[in-house]
Amino acid sequence: MKIAIASGKGGTGKTTLSTNLTALFSETEKIILADLDVEEPNSGLFINGELIQEEIKYKTIPEWNESTCTLCGECQKNCNFHAVIQLGPQILVFPELCHSCYACSELCPTDSLPMIKQRMGQLKQFKKDNITFVESRLDIGQEQAVPLIGQTIEYIENNFSEDIVRIFDSPPGTSCPVIEATKDVDFVILITEPTPFGLHDLKLAVETMKELKNDFGVVINRYGIGNNNVVEYCDEENIPILAKIPNSRKVAELYSKGELVYKEIPEVKKELQNIKNYILHLKN
Amino acid sequence: MKIAFTTKGTEWNSEMDPRFGRTEFILVYDDEKDEFESFDNREIENEAHGAGPKTSQKLFEMVAQVLITVNGPGGNAATVLEKAGVKSFIGAGQMSVKEAYEAYKNNSLKGF
Repeated sequence: MKIAIASGKGGTGKTTLSTNLTALFSETEKIILADLDVEEPNSGLFINGELIQEEIKYKTIPEWNESTCTLCGECQKNCNFHAVIQLGPQILVFPELCHSCYACSELCPTDSLPMIKQRMGQLKQFKKDNITFVESRLDIGQEQAVPLIGQTIEYIENNFSEDIVRIFDSPPGTSCPVIEATKDVDFVILITEPTPFGLHDLKLAVETMKELKNDFGVVINRYGIGNNNVVEYCDEENIPILAKIPNSRKVAELYSKGELVYKEIPEVKKELQNIKNYILHLKN
Repeated sequence: MKIAFTTKGTEWNSEMDPRFGRTEFILVYDDEKDEFESFDNREIENEAHGAGPKTSQKLFEMVAQVLITVNGPGGNAATVLEKAGVKSFIGAGQMSVKEAYEAYKNNSLKGF
C-alpha cells in the first residue's frame, strides 16, 4: 500500500502530515516513511532514528569519445533535451540537461557516447521503533530530482515487504518530481489550506492527479482561516475530504522545535486517526 | 563580420527580444556586405528544455561572430557560444535593432 502526500502549493503541511501520520501508524504497526522531496528533505528533522544504511546514488550521462566518432549527428538529432549538441567537429554534452534516457548512447552507430556513472546524491535509511525512514538528498549543484526519486522508490520496493504501508512525503508543485513520486501509488492525499492561493494550487494538483489516473482525497490544513471555498470545490467535484486539521498556533510552535504535534493536540490526533482509518479501509 | 541580434522581427527597426534562448527571431547583419539574414526561432516554444544550447547552435550555423542581446545567455548557452567563438554583448534592452547596433558600435554595451 503506497500513499503519497502531495500538494500543489508549498508549505501547506506535507511534512507535518507525513511525519505525524507515520508516528500515529507506528503505534499499532510497522510503517515506512520516505522523504521524496530530495531537493530539500526535512522529514528527518522530526524522525530522529538510528542510521541503518547509507548509499551513494548515481545517474548516468553520456561521455563523448572523440576518437571513434564519425560526427554523423544522430545523437543530437535524438536528444529531446538538447543535452547533446554538435558544434562543427565536436560534440558537447550538458550533464544538467541530460535525462539519462540513453537514446544518444544506444543510437550512436559507433558507440562513441558510452554512459558514465555520475554521483547525484545520497540515500539514508533510519530505524525508530516501528518506523523505517528512508531519505534521499540531492547533491548541491545537481538539477534533476527525478532520477533520485525513482531510485529511492525502487530501493523501497526491493527491500521491504509490500504489506507494510508506505508513506511518500512528496515534493511540492505539479511538475516532473511530483509526477515521479506519485505515478505508481495507490492513493494520493492532497493537503491544502483554505485560502484562495491554496484553492488555486489544489485545482492544479487535482488536474495532475486526474491525468495520472490516481485516486486521491483532500486534507485541509489550518482549517478555520481563509474561507469555505476549498470545501465547496471538493463537494462540487466529489473529492473526499479526509480531514480538517484545525489552525493552531501550538502546531507551529511544536513544528518549529522539530516535535510531533498530534501527541500534544487531541484535535489533531482525532483528524489524523480519521486519515489512518481511511487508509486502513482502502488497504483491506 | 556577422553580428547576430535577438529580435521580435526581421528589420532594422524591429524591437530587440530580451530573451536569448527563447528569442522569437535571430537577425544576422553582415556589416561588410550590408546584408541581413534572419531565422524564425518561434518553434523553440515547443521545447521544454535546452533552448539556450539550441539557439546557440543556430548562431554557430549562421556563422555569427558577435551576439547582441538583452539579458544574456544562461550557463549552458554561454558554454556553447564560447566554443562556437561567438562574443556576446548584453544590455540592449528597449532598443530597436538599429539602436542596438549603434550602441554596440559606440562601445556602450556590456561584454558578457
